[in-house]
Amino acid sequence: MTLLGAAVDYIAQNPRLFREALVTHLLLSGSALLVAAAVGIPLGAAVTRRPRAAFVALNGVNVARTIPSLAVLAFMLPFLGIGFLPSFLALAILGLPPIVTNTWVGIRQVDPDAVESARGMGMTGSQVLRRVELPIAVPVILAGVRTSAVQIVAGATLAAFIGGGGLGDFITTGIGMMQVELLLVGAIPVTALAIATELGFSLLERALTPRGMRES
Amino acid sequence: MIRLRRLTKVFAGQAGAAVDDLTLDVAAGETCVLIGPSGCGKTTTMRMINRLIEPTRGTIEVDGRDVAKADPVELRRRIGYVIQQVGLFPHMTIADNVATVPRLLGWTPARLEARVDEMLALVGLDPASFRRRYPRELSGGQRQRVGVARALAGDPPVMLMDEPFGAVDPITRARLQNELLKILAAVGKTVVFVTHDVDEAIRMGDRIAILRDGRLVQHGTPVEILVRPADPFVEEFVGADRALKRLGLVAVPDVMAPGAGGAAKGSPTVSLHTSALGALPALLAAPDGAVTVVDAAGRPVGRLSFADVQRVLTDESPG
Repeated sequence: MTLLGAAVDYIAQNPRLFREALVTHLLLSGSALLVAAAVGIPLGAAVTRRPRAAFVALNGVNVARTIPSLAVLAFMLPFLGIGFLPSFLALAILGLPPIVTNTWVGIRQVDPDAVESARGMGMTGSQVLRRVELPIAVPVILAGVRTSAVQIVAGATLAAFIGGGGLGDFITTGIGMMQVELLLVGAIPVTALAIATELGFSLLERALTPRGMRES
Repeated sequence: MIRLRRLTKVFAGQAGAAVDDLTLDVAAGETCVLIGPSGCGKTTTMRMINRLIEPTRGTIEVDGRDVAKADPVELRRRIGYVIQQVGLFPHMTIADNVATVPRLLGWTPARLEARVDEMLALVGLDPASFRRRYPRELSGGQRQRVGVARALAGDPPVMLMDEPFGAVDPITRARLQNELLKILAAVGKTVVFVTHDVDEAIRMGDRIAILRDGRLVQHGTPVEILVRPADPFVEEFVGADRALKRLGLVAVPDVMAPGAGGAAKGSPTVSLHTSALGALPALLAAPDGAVTVVDAAGRPVGRLSFADVQRVLTDESPG
């Protein structure tokens, strides 16, 4: 309790520092997620009609998934140095696998009869994708985006190691200086952020699921 | 309307041809049923007509035009397509499902909306209560109706129907068959209808094409096929009860002896609107082997005897 009080005190005494770290953290996570989705959804959709490309892409991102988050960040260091950009890129890569995989799975599990009748009625390939496959796959794709978002928000903590800033700064400093209250200034908001992300995307998922497909 | 010429399809990695040198004509406004055991090539044949499958050899003409030279997307928008599992779009309302092809054709919203209501009414679904519902809120039979409405919405001259009633219960199936017959009589489409159910083929088809191992075994009217099966395979395929099926195609007024007189008191009666098959139970129960045929108001209009029915079966001239 006193630790918690100390952490709150620290925030109250350094509002600007805390706000800056929070904003950086959100900016880093948000932009990384946006890019991961902007790349991952088209990539996942593109490979659904090309089995060989799907094999390469899915295994590629799955191998990438096994690399620890910290290692991904560390790999950026020799190429892009330190700061926001390498952290952002590393996080975007970290967020890619669940989005690509879920997009592919979501489209693959669309009722083949719906696709067959869409083609049979004269939809072009891209019309089938945009009007039938993607809307039906939305819940599964969003579940992937949610997993990715939580991973990125949590992973952004590690950006502090390569100078990316964010709430991780408090954690690394706290550990370095053996100041547990400082560590909590980073750890508690990050946890809250991750939980809020999870809940927020669950709500979004429900809201964006087409009405005819909602579980009552 | 539809002309298949020496149509052949060999799938990669398969020994025999799925469709083997098939030549078949479907006249405008006619319903042609493709039937045969599974793997006979009936669905493959149908899917080549709208180019979901490309033939290995042979040509297909629809309305005088070679489909191989048409743009497949353009072609399919002018050919209605109904499949067994319907394939309704679960994320769209019934109205949006039905509007699929008109929307692809770029119809104005007003025309589109009117067309949706017209089609729903045509298949016996009240537009006001169904327009805004979703496929999963409907029964299997209702979904099939929507499937038919959707296929008809773009007013295509040709309809392809692949076992459209294969997934619904027998009672619903019989009702949907009758309604489709009425709809087709009203809208005048050229239909290719795939089924493996002989009774359905007899009921729905103006002509039936029986396929076996990708080859056309017999092509003719239901009566021709029942009366003169081309070979033992067809004979077995149409069933041992083909004599009864034949009677099912004969209307009582066509074989009865007309006239109000001569009805014995207390003689059993059958309706004017039944088939010879439908009259059979009453005939079997009649003490003197004859029944009185009555109209809707119950007035006697003729007599039907065993001999009349027998004449149908011994008369070998089909039709």
